[in-house]
Formats: sequence, structure tokens, C-alpha cells
Amino acid sequence: MAKLPLQFRLNGSDRATFVDPASNLLDTLRRGLGDFGPKYGCGQGTCGVCTVLVDGEPQLACLTLAVSCEGRQIETASGMADGPNLHPLQDAFMEHFAAQCGFCTPGMLTAARALLAKNPQPSREEVVEAISGNICRCTGYEPIIAAILAAANAPGARRA
Amino acid sequence: MTTMEMRKDLFADERDDNLNVVGKGVQRQDMPGHVTARTRFFDDHAFDGMLHLKVVRSPHHHARIRAIDTSAAERAPGVKRVLRGADVPVNKNTLLSLINFGKDDEPSLAVNKVAYKGEPVVAILADSEAQAQAARKLVRIDYDPLPAVFDVEETLKAGAPVVNETYPGNYFEYHERFDHQKLRFGDVERGFAGADIVMEHRYQMSPIEHAPTETNGSIAAPEQNGRYVVHSCAQGLFFALGTTAKIVDVESNQLHFIGGTVGGGFGGKVDSLTEPLAVLGAMLTGRPVRFVLDREEEMLYGSPRGAERIYIKDGLMRDGRIVARHIRSYFDAGAYTRLSSYAAIKCTAHVPGPYWIPNVASDIYVSYTNRCPSTAMRGFGVTAVDFALEVQMDRLAEAANMDPMEFRILNAYRDGDMKPHRRAAKNTALVECVQVAAEKANWPLSEQAKRASSLLGGGAGERSQIPATQLDARGQIGRPDSRNGPVTQVLPAGTTRIAPSKQPVMEGARDGRAAPTQVPRYEPQRPAAPPPPAYQPAPPPYQPPGSYSPAPVHQPASPLPASPPPAAPAQTQHGAVRFSSVFGTRRR
Amino acid sequence: MARHEGRGMASVNYPIGMNLGGDPSQALIHSNPDGKFTVALSAIDLGQGMKQVSRQIAAETLGVPIEDVYVDTADSDTGPHDMGSFASRGTHRMGNAIIVAAREARGVLLEAAAEELEVNAADLVTDGRGNIHVRGAPSRSITVKATAQAAQFKQGKTIAGRGIFLIPLSAVDAETGEMNPNTAFAHACLVADVSVDDETGEVEVLRMTSAYELGRVINPRMVEQQLVGGAWMGISHALYETPEPYYPSPDHGPRDFNEYLMPGPGDIAPYHVTVLERPAPDGPFGGKGPGEMCANPVLPAIANAVYNAVGVRVDELPITPEKILRGIKANGGAKPGPRRGGPVNWR
Repeated sequence: MAKLPLQFRLNGSDRATFVDPASNLLDTLRRGLGDFGPKYGCGQGTCGVCTVLVDGEPQLACLTLAVSCEGRQIETASGMADGPNLHPLQDAFMEHFAAQCGFCTPGMLTAARALLAKNPQPSREEVVEAISGNICRCTGYEPIIAAILAAANAPGARRA
Repeated sequence: MTTMEMRKDLFADERDDNLNVVGKGVQRQDMPGHVTARTRFFDDHAFDGMLHLKVVRSPHHHARIRAIDTSAAERAPGVKRVLRGADVPVNKNTLLSLINFGKDDEPSLAVNKVAYKGEPVVAILADSEAQAQAARKLVRIDYDPLPAVFDVEETLKAGAPVVNETYPGNYFEYHERFDHQKLRFGDVERGFAGADIVMEHRYQMSPIEHAPTETNGSIAAPEQNGRYVVHSCAQGLFFALGTTAKIVDVESNQLHFIGGTVGGGFGGKVDSLTEPLAVLGAMLTGRPVRFVLDREEEMLYGSPRGAERIYIKDGLMRDGRIVARHIRSYFDAGAYTRLSSYAAIKCTAHVPGPYWIPNVASDIYVSYTNRCPSTAMRGFGVTAVDFALEVQMDRLAEAANMDPMEFRILNAYRDGDMKPHRRAAKNTALVECVQVAAEKANWPLSEQAKRASSLLGGGAGERSQIPATQLDARGQIGRPDSRNGPVTQVLPAGTTRIAPSKQPVMEGARDGRAAPTQVPRYEPQRPAAPPPPAYQPAPPPYQPPGSYSPAPVHQPASPLPASPPPAAPAQTQHGAVRFSSVFGTRRR
Repeated sequence: MARHEGRGMASVNYPIGMNLGGDPSQALIHSNPDGKFTVALSAIDLGQGMKQVSRQIAAETLGVPIEDVYVDTADSDTGPHDMGSFASRGTHRMGNAIIVAAREARGVLLEAAAEELEVNAADLVTDGRGNIHVRGAPSRSITVKATAQAAQFKQGKTIAGRGIFLIPLSAVDAETGEMNPNTAFAHACLVADVSVDDETGEVEVLRMTSAYELGRVINPRMVEQQLVGGAWMGISHALYETPEPYYPSPDHGPRDFNEYLMPGPGDIAPYHVTVLERPAPDGPFGGKGPGEMCANPVLPAIANAVYNAVGVRVDELPITPEKILRGIKANGGAKPGPRRGGPVNWR
């Protein structure tokens, strides 16, 4: 199958690659561009571990056709920190011990980041809603919810 | 909202709390990697020219394989190799063969028959996952369906379809003698006969899918010098390495396993589901091979926690004492053994739960059925029986007209109590857990229950004794008619047959390298040991709350049993200890 | 039609370590020339915190700051043999192996320091902040870093240690089940408060209160992680999960996360845990291991709370609305049991 050229910005850098027309964004990021932040958990849009931001909107990379991202801004958990400075959400996840195996963490952080960008002072219910598509099998969710609520009140949380 | 508090006041005299970093809530070493997405899991490794492996699975629960035709799949776009059972060097294994427990019973790729829906028959290696998936549909397998059995008790009856030819009775064979593992302590029948109330109930634990967010998988790639690197999600790195080396028939130093960072396991990543075929594929193609289960495969064929059916029969006195308990339980192993044989032993040691009961027996079966083989999961061998035991305890408390907390404290095991597997309990703390949970939940306890202690009343009189025990030869292998056999022998009180536990073997302690500082050993600080208590036939009668009577006379804790002799010279043989004498299953 | 509140409890114990023994763990520890230690293992961290537990035990035993210890696991070329992370054996078995290895490395470290300070090694202590000094004379000191440099470049000493921990294999008697199973037990008691809707059969877990005795707590934050996450899994096992809803019939099984039910972030209950520590005689610093047991008491506590709420015993898991409704119908209506206690003593 002929491959198609594809260009987008990934975590602030211009990237270009060739993809199969049927490739999803998850495989393209992971196998094509070496960003292993988004994970494969189901390939069906049911677990949230592949959550990325496309033009600021949370999307499931496993259900997103790569070619639909031409010219877009893609952001993943790998690009969340500003150099050595962690995003307030990353600090809060550490502070609240909100990861155990860590496999759902990049997707959780990305879903939370999208929430706080739109709604800097979310209620607990809004946090729950924002991560309701992200499955965590380890933590029981409580530390994740607490971390997101804490980050919302931290200075600099509105940074997207 | 969750909160946790530490009760440092309890057992304080048994601890030195002046430690530098142990006991401190310092940050996890892996947390910075997790929050920056820099943590690397097995699948987060790039290889040029990587092939993708997918298996063709049985659509039948049980069927003979008449013919396999892979010619069309071999010609399909992107397909580099198709594997069948004949390509697997050692196509029969059982996981615990690494410790010589059980007979090899499970193929990597089925050859003559399939024993469960989803059993792998053919493996396809292709340039892309999509190509491997497309080629799967081109494999033609001619099946002759066989009758299937799904119930753990039905499968043990005469005439049931044979699920697993290695164990033709559809049960795991214990000690080359019995179709189940026995536990016998005292005389449960006499206990039931003398009880005020006898109660029996049936409990059923569901199977459970581990559902780790990271599915099972591995990547194997040729390294230099004839070695293969394997990025693995295994919960036991050397377990997976040893299993793979055996199945692909290479020396263990030809395999270089890398792992240790796993996206959830809960027991579901002990089975080496993907590593052997990934390595075999890499050996046969010279290319890196990635074998990852998709979510549906993980859900359906990623080996669940096995279901268990449990029957509990108890003899209860009106004052709340349990005087006899018999447990009969069936582990659903699915079609192959994997780790179920071990769980039954663990379950046997757990009976009768954290309580002291004078007469206890159990019969734990591992049954083969035509479903996906089950495996370990968090609480393996214990979770299901705890569910059954604790619901039964709730029923018993109600029958004795007692508060459930008080009932637990009355029957709780304490330091020095003899457990049915014939070793004294030590370091117990059930009573204190019940007391603290009651306090925090604002669940009132009687003064008597509040004063109870794990340190008091245990090991007194018959509580420390091994009673005369009735033996039987029920359930002899291949003789279903023996299941209701008579008592064959009465073991005199105090009889033990297994050498006492050895001390832990620590190399440093043995050769002096670790001396003079030994591994910290925290022995409870006890008051000067009182003389052995006079024989006391039973604990003081229980006073239900409401009719409170003066504090009972607690028997002082009996002295701890004498320390075991110094460690015997440690096992120096390289590799696994032979278990054959333990489980009666010869290998090699 | 009404919602009925009920309260149930369960108490359990849990065996630590592979039941029959015969499950060795090895550890290797060495220092680089700057006094920074690497612990090489083949242990597995599947989220339970094996890396950090190993790190804390190594740092405590070595007597050096936690930042100066890094745990490298798992690579079969560099990490020595270990059975793996299962059967609640990680902390107990590997922790002990690490202690043995770290004690040997510490012994060499103190010998090297003694040579530099021209004192007897037996008189030296570590302050846990990177210094070694003469007992009672903090001014006569040398840093761990300077000691390691001297050992490597001047004295020709390897600051390293190796350790193995093995509970030897025990036999099982065929007729009596006599055996030497485990060396330590952890304990728990849990109270569940639920609300059951007698019209829909739905169960809501309102709150849970528990007490766990876990031996020495190596890291309380990580214990909390295990107990909170495990309690969630217990609710999930009790009320939601099954791959075979009509077991033993294999039909109607779920295939994905849409069909396999688990509680989401909106379905969790407030939870209070109290932790007790009765050190295990042979555990590392008395540690046991909370990882496996923390779902176990939840299942029966919820089942017993449902019975207390509506009088229905569900003896087959999971406790689905269907089973509860069938039970209520069979009983001729909800039959609430006695109220047990008052409002919980925690916020």
C-alpha cells in the first residue's frame, strides 16, 4: 500500500513521516516517531491509556487516523514538562502517589491536562467525569482524583 | 476520600522505630519516570525490521484436530513464517516443572486436539500486525468437535470427557496417590456429632480477569553470539527465562531477559504466555519478533483467576465456639495445570482461616474443565476461601445469636495455637485488627472482647496439642469408588511426620560474611515465661454481650516452642530442588 | 420501594511468601568510586513498589542516604536469580537477600573507612547522611564518598556484597496435610457500609473502615497505595467482575472493557485504614507484605453487609442486582437485619 506523507507538530517540534492510510495515530507516534508516552491498552477506545491532545482536545490515539492529524498540534505526556520543570499535574501526581505501575499515568495526565486547560477550578465531579474514560487497575482512582484537584489549586496550573 | 493512620502504640515493644529510612513515606524510585512518561515498559522498545506474531486460536471448547492447512497463509502478503506444533522443540510443558512439580501437560501450539476455546494452534509472523491478522483467516483447520465439560464436579464423574490426557481422571494427582490434597486434624465427625448446631453451605467464587492495563506480551530479537534479547512483562524474570529455554531448547545463557517494569500483573503475567513463541520466531526468522495480546485476547484467553466452588460444614456450640470444620473445595484449573496445583496446597495450609478449631479437615481438588487455563491472581488460593469462610462466619454468628465481631474474637487464633497443618501460630494479630476496626467503625464491643489479646489465651491446653487424628484413603487415583471409604487408621495425638521447618538459609549467615551482624530478627519481648499452663479442656464459656460477667481468667501465653536446630547445610546443588518426594510426581 | 443500609464485616489473615518455600532470591550490591550504590536484582515491579522497597531496605542496611542507592532491576545478564513477584514474596524474600548483601558491602565500607581513619572498623558508625565516624566522636569522620574513592584507587577493595535468602522447601504429608507452610501472616478486619436498593437490586458501597496488621511498614505511603487500590479491587470483585456471568456456563462472557465491568472513578467509596505493625520474626526489619491480601476482606464484608441490609445471602460472586432481586423475591421482600453501631469514628 502506498504510504502518505504526514507532518504535524509533536510537543512543539515539527515532525514528518510516512504512514499507511489506515495507520492510527498511536502506532505512528510510538513506532514511527519513537514517542512511547501514549500506550496501547485496548485499541478500541475503551481504556484511555493512549490519550493525547490534538489541538488541545483530548483524543484517543488508537481511534484517530494518523492522516487526519496533518498540520495539527499533537501533545503527549512526554512533552508535558517544561525542560526540567514538571507540570503542576506531574508534581501533584508525585505528591499524591497517584501512580503504581505507571501504565495509565501518561493518559491520565493528558486527560487531566485537557480538563484544567478548560476548567482551571474543577469540582470533584468534573474531575471524575474528565478521567472516566481512563482505566486504572492499581490505585482505586482516589489518589489520582486528589492529585488533579490539588494541581488545580497550584500556581501555574493553568499552563496548558 | 481515603485516610490512613498508624497505630504505633500496638505491639510497640516488639519494634525498634528508630530507623533511618525504613518506615518513612519517601518517594518511589520509579515515580519520576511514570509522571514524565519516561518509564519504559516491554513494548516501549524500537527494533528495525520487527515482525509481528499472531496466533490462530481454536473456535471449539474441545475438538480433535484432523488436519491443518497453512499453505494459503504462508503465501499471504507480508507473511514471513508460519509455526505449527511440530516447529516447537519441546512442545509440552507445565510451568512448575521448573521446581519439579507436576507433569508436562500443555503444548505451546496444539497438535492433536484442542482442549479449550482460544487454545493456540498456529502462529503467524508477518511484517505488520494487520498482515498477520489477515493471514490468520487463511489458515484452514479441520476440527472434529468433542463433548466438553465445564463443571468442576461433573468433570470428576465417571464417563466425563477426558479434558487433559496427562491427567485422565480430570484431576491433578497429589502424591501419586490421591485425586485431591487432604488435611486431617482431629475427628471432624465426632465434632459434628457433639455440636449443638451443624451447618453446611456452598459458595462459588467467580473467575476473574486480571485486566492489567498493559496486555501480556514480549519482544524477542537476535543479539550477537547466538543470543536473544527478550523484553518481557513477566512477573518472574527467571521463571519466564527458564520456561522459554526449556520450550525452545536452548541453554539459559543464550537468553537475555529484560523486564522488571510491568504495567500491572496481579498474577496474570506469571504464565510466560508469549515469550517462548516470540523467541522461537526470532530464532527461525533471524528478525525481531513482537507478540502482544490484544485486549480481546487478554480478556478471553489471558488466563483468569480460576473459579472455586467451596463447601463448608461447621459444628457450632451455642456458646459460640466452633468445634469442627470440614471444607471441600474445587479449583477450576481449566484445561491445563499451570499454577492451580500449587494454589490447592496454599489453600490447604490456610484452612480453617484465622481461627482455632479443634477438629478440622479439608479436601481440595484441582479439576480440569474445557475452559482457558486459569492461573495465579492476587490472593491466589486464599481470596475465594476467605469469601466463603467469612460469609459462613457471619451465618454462624447469627446462629449462635452473637455479634459477628465478638464471634470472631472468641474464635480467633492466638499465639501458640496449633494450626491444622501441625505448626504453632506465632506473630498473630487478628484480635487486635478486629478491635481496632470496631473502634474506628463505632461498632460496640463488650469489655471482654476489648480486653482480648493475641498474646493471651493461645496455646493453652488442647489449643497447643496435635489431637489424635482419623486418616482415610478416600479418593485414590483412578478409583472414584474409593471416595466414601472408611477410616483406615487413627494417628495418635502428637504425631508429626514432616521434619520441622528449617531456618531460612542465608549465604552470608552461613559463611560468616554477614557476621557479626545478622539479619534483623524481631522477637517479641515477652514477660518471663510462665510454667506451662495446666490442662484446660476448653476456653472459658463465652459470655454474650449484654450478659456481661466478670473478666475471664486468661491463660498466660505459653512459652514459645524451643528454637529449631541450626540450619542444616544448605542446598548447594545448582538449580531446583527436587520436589518429587513432596508431590510424588517424577520428572526427568 | 426503598434503599436499605447495612453493615457487614470480615476478618482475615494472609500467608506471606511462597507457601512451601524453595523460592530463593538473590541480590548483588556494589558501590561506584563515589560511594553511590547500585542494587542489582531480577525482581519485578508491577506497580507494587518493589524498586522502592528494595531501595529503602538497602539504604537502611548500608547506612547511606536513600539518594545514594539505585535499584537496577530486572536484567538477567546483571541481576542474579529471583523467583519473581508473586505470592506476597517480594518484600519478604528479596528484602532479606538485600539485607545480607548490604551488610557485606557495609562491612567492606567500614573496613576501608577504618583504614583511612586508622581506627578499628568495629568502632565506626554511619550517620545515614553520607558520613562514617568513630562512635561517640563525630569529628573523627570520613565521607562515604572519600571512603569509596580510597577503596577503589588506594586500597584496592571492592565495596560490594552478595546475598541470598531461601526458605528451604518443605514437604506435604499426603494423608494429614502436615507441612511447614509460611513463616509470617498478615492480618486484617474490614467493615463495609452499603446501601441496597430493593427495587433495582443495586448495591452502593457507602464507606469502608479497616484495620490491617502488616508487620513492619517499610513505606507507609506505598502501603496506603496497596490498601486503597486493593480495596477498590475488592469492591470490583464483589459487585462487578466476572468473565463468565453464568459460570459454569462459558457463554455470554465479556470481550473488552465495555463489557467487563469495574467500578470507575465515580463509583469509589470513602475508606479509612488503620495500620498495625507486629514485626515478623524473619521479615526484613519485620516487614510482611500487604499487596495480595488487601482485596480479600472486602468481598465477604460486602456480602455480609448486603445480608444485613436486605436479608439476602448471595453465595455466588459477583453480587449482581439480579441475584439480590431474586433473593428479595424469594424472601417475600427485603428483611433488614439489626443496626450495628453508630456513625464511623473518622471523617
